[in-house]
Amino acid sequence: MFGYTVEEVGNIMVMQGFSGLSLFSVLLLMALGLAIIFGQMGVINMAHGEFMTVGAYTTVFLSKLAVEYDIVKSYFVFAIIAAFIIAFVLGYLIEYMMIRHLYKRPLDTLLATWGLSLVMQQVFRSTFGAKEVSAELPEWLLGSFQPTEGIDIPINGVFVMALALIVTVSVYLYMFRSRGGLRVRATMQNRVMAGAVGINTKQVDRVTFALGCGIAGVAGAAFTTIASTGPTTGSLYIVDSFMVVVFGGAASLMGTIASAFGIAQAQSILQFFMTSSMGKVATLMTIVIILMMRPEGLFAAKVRK
Amino acid sequence: MNPTEFILTIEDLTVSFDGFKAVDNLNLYIENNELRVVIGPNGAGKTTLLDLICGKTKATSGSIKFKNTELTRLAEHQIVRTGVGRKFQTPSIYENLTVYQNLEVSYPEGRSVLGSLFFNTTHAVQARVHSIAEEIFLIEQLNLQAALLSHGQKQWLEIGMLLMQDPELLMLDEPVAGMSAKERDLTADLLNRICKNRSVLVIEHDMEFVKKIAHKVTVLHQGKILAEGSMEKIQSNETVIDVYLGH
Amino acid sequence: MNALSEKLLGGKQGAIHLAILAVLLLVILPLCLDLFRLGLVGKYVTYAFVAISLVLLWGNGGVLSLGQGMFFGLGGYCMAMFLKLEASDPISTKIQTTPGIPDFMDWNQIVELPWFWEPFKSLPLTLLLVLGVPVLLAFIIGMAMFTRRVGGVYFSIITQAIALILSILIVGQQGYTGGVNGITDLKTLSGWDIRTDSAKYWLYFVNASLLILCIMLSRFILTSKFGMLLLAMRDKEERVRFSGYDVASFKIFIFCVAAMISAVGGAMFTLQIGFMSPSFVGIVPSIEMVIFAAVGGRISLIGAVYGTLLVNFGKTMFSETYPELWLFLMGGLFIAVVMFFPEGLAGLYEKYAPYFSITSLHTRWLKKVQKVSGES
Repeated sequence: MFGYTVEEVGNIMVMQGFSGLSLFSVLLLMALGLAIIFGQMGVINMAHGEFMTVGAYTTVFLSKLAVEYDIVKSYFVFAIIAAFIIAFVLGYLIEYMMIRHLYKRPLDTLLATWGLSLVMQQVFRSTFGAKEVSAELPEWLLGSFQPTEGIDIPINGVFVMALALIVTVSVYLYMFRSRGGLRVRATMQNRVMAGAVGINTKQVDRVTFALGCGIAGVAGAAFTTIASTGPTTGSLYIVDSFMVVVFGGAASLMGTIASAFGIAQAQSILQFFMTSSMGKVATLMTIVIILMMRPEGLFAAKVRK
Repeated sequence: MNPTEFILTIEDLTVSFDGFKAVDNLNLYIENNELRVVIGPNGAGKTTLLDLICGKTKATSGSIKFKNTELTRLAEHQIVRTGVGRKFQTPSIYENLTVYQNLEVSYPEGRSVLGSLFFNTTHAVQARVHSIAEEIFLIEQLNLQAALLSHGQKQWLEIGMLLMQDPELLMLDEPVAGMSAKERDLTADLLNRICKNRSVLVIEHDMEFVKKIAHKVTVLHQGKILAEGSMEKIQSNETVIDVYLGH
Repeated sequence: MNALSEKLLGGKQGAIHLAILAVLLLVILPLCLDLFRLGLVGKYVTYAFVAISLVLLWGNGGVLSLGQGMFFGLGGYCMAMFLKLEASDPISTKIQTTPGIPDFMDWNQIVELPWFWEPFKSLPLTLLLVLGVPVLLAFIIGMAMFTRRVGGVYFSIITQAIALILSILIVGQQGYTGGVNGITDLKTLSGWDIRTDSAKYWLYFVNASLLILCIMLSRFILTSKFGMLLLAMRDKEERVRFSGYDVASFKIFIFCVAAMISAVGGAMFTLQIGFMSPSFVGIVPSIEMVIFAAVGGRISLIGAVYGTLLVNFGKTMFSETYPELWLFLMGGLFIAVVMFFPEGLAGLYEKYAPYFSITSLHTRWLKKVQKVSGES
């Protein structure tokens, strides 16, 4: 196969698989936020990628501070929390100023948030410069370990994956096992009724949107461990993330995880055997064709309308 | 009875959503020029039944025959073209168009892409719009934007849009919901007039209204037929009183 | 006025607005601007084709395609492939390893013209493909999506993904497509040099006339029963379906028409500017063209043209003087138009034009005179 021995192909698959896992983790974090915003609220947030960039720049900025005060070892945990909080607050404000006026016009939300993404990109460029910057990573995140000869597994990849899993479980617990999540689901299913039983639906909207943005911020923090950050970093992931959410069936958490996994793995393995752009084309094309045949996504139940 | 005498023949009709049978092995026969009312508690499968007939929901099994045409295999627009018209529960009209345009756009010609591009509003079309508007009490409002109509007037407009198509079977889902007492009386007269040369199938909760229009009443309960017959017979039926009408 | 001309021009009001636009594009601008500035206008006019295609599809049909750039690009590429083959005759490319093929193929060690370039040796076939390729793609996408009732934001996201795929594909396959630089160094159209001043004037007039023609075609569609059905579908798709119309076929048709109009713009772009590149195919140009239509007023054909011209003049002026401010402005424009002026320029015009019309100015003047005379 392509001039490799079977063992080499096996090793390549494992290593590309692991690099796919890093991509999977970032995509999953991005898509989780989108799944909440789009899947639950039906809002298309084209600036979602920029909220990820906000998280990434927050991390980079804190890492520079950490170097100054010599706390590189431990700052990263705080950086994740800070990335979440800043993206959350920003999302909260954006919902208040913009999104809430557009709930009845989904296509217009799409355009307005696209405009927002342009503005945010320019803010990044003016503040941090057009050049890509990277965070100072603590030593324990660097390097790799070798379970067997010929296989290198980078530690940052494992870390990012662990982070993605923790966030996923937290989102699941919040959405499906807590009062807050119950309020969110109630509001999205029947706004009038939820209001009638005393839920502050406007507050729910705001928090839900902000939560999605906050998770994108965490995705940004995770992103800094595997690549450097530039003003347009987030916009490179936006189409992929939307594909993940739509492909998985917009309202299904399991679907989001499965499709993030599938898309990331397909891209990363195909990229090794074809050129990187053709790998991406092949993956996206497959998704689009599947979506054309099954528009409701992979995980969607037949319901009585 | 010979099945060809019926305009609509529904046999063994079943639809299930993830195992839940909304309509369960249903048989229903509607005669020419009959006005049938379907009543029943919420969730009995009344609206689903209309959805099945007009193709909005696909049947799991069973058959729906309209004048010897099997409807279960046709697409929605094809079903309409065989002569079935359906009004939705909440009035479904084009709010951005005028009353006139709402009626005109429902005229059953120029239904293909090319046909609609080269469709001309002839005098025949205009005359038909006017006569229908008269019938549905909206002749004064012809140039009004449909969004500005009252709820009851919207219901009438939707009935008018169906009449433009001159269907042989007209299905109305709660036509008097949200209407004043006077509007209800007018609607009852309207329905009694329009069922002269077509069959009409009505879903309704308002028993006073049902009394005024029904030739025959069918009671649905949990996707099955509980009882069928004249209004008096239904009102004295013990099971119907238990599950629906109340004592 | 007979029925057909009524439909093409859109009644008296429509005819006046169209005439004003025609005079502006065909007489006033060519008289006032030097060739360089006029060339810029010509470029913007090619974008206006996409804007009016979006008026049909999005403003009236309620279907927002975020992939109109790909139809513009495909039309442009088809035209560029013909021009490139003509510019790559064996004599002028004799220094190449393989003479007679486009230079970028030679750089990528391709020794034979790929099969899909063959049809572009003939001008009639090329003109057919300029329209045919985008329409076919639109038909396939439309068939797949509209018959399965994919609409709204899903349609937007998927068309956006397809535009992304196409642009990555063009950049990635540089041996066959010219890659990120696109197809450049175009010289002649069937022996006619498109780079001379007189050619530029000619192309400008052909371009502007084609735009007027496309507006008339769109008018015809919108004023017919088809147009009314489009509005009805945007409002209550179910009701249209249950009135006996095959909704999908109407949407496929309007999507194909929109693709065709965009493709004409793309082909004219190639002819006037002399190149085509993937930067007109991807996500960013596609969505920028949506904002041209939105600024002009999403349901107004003429408004969309003015919107396109205005935004692009703004872009040129601003990016010359304050390049870093442009993105702020563009982003702000998106937000402001959507939130505060969803009807765009056309909406503002409809709202305030009656106020400034001769008759209303006259009545107000009369009132004022009466008031003054009453006071004295």
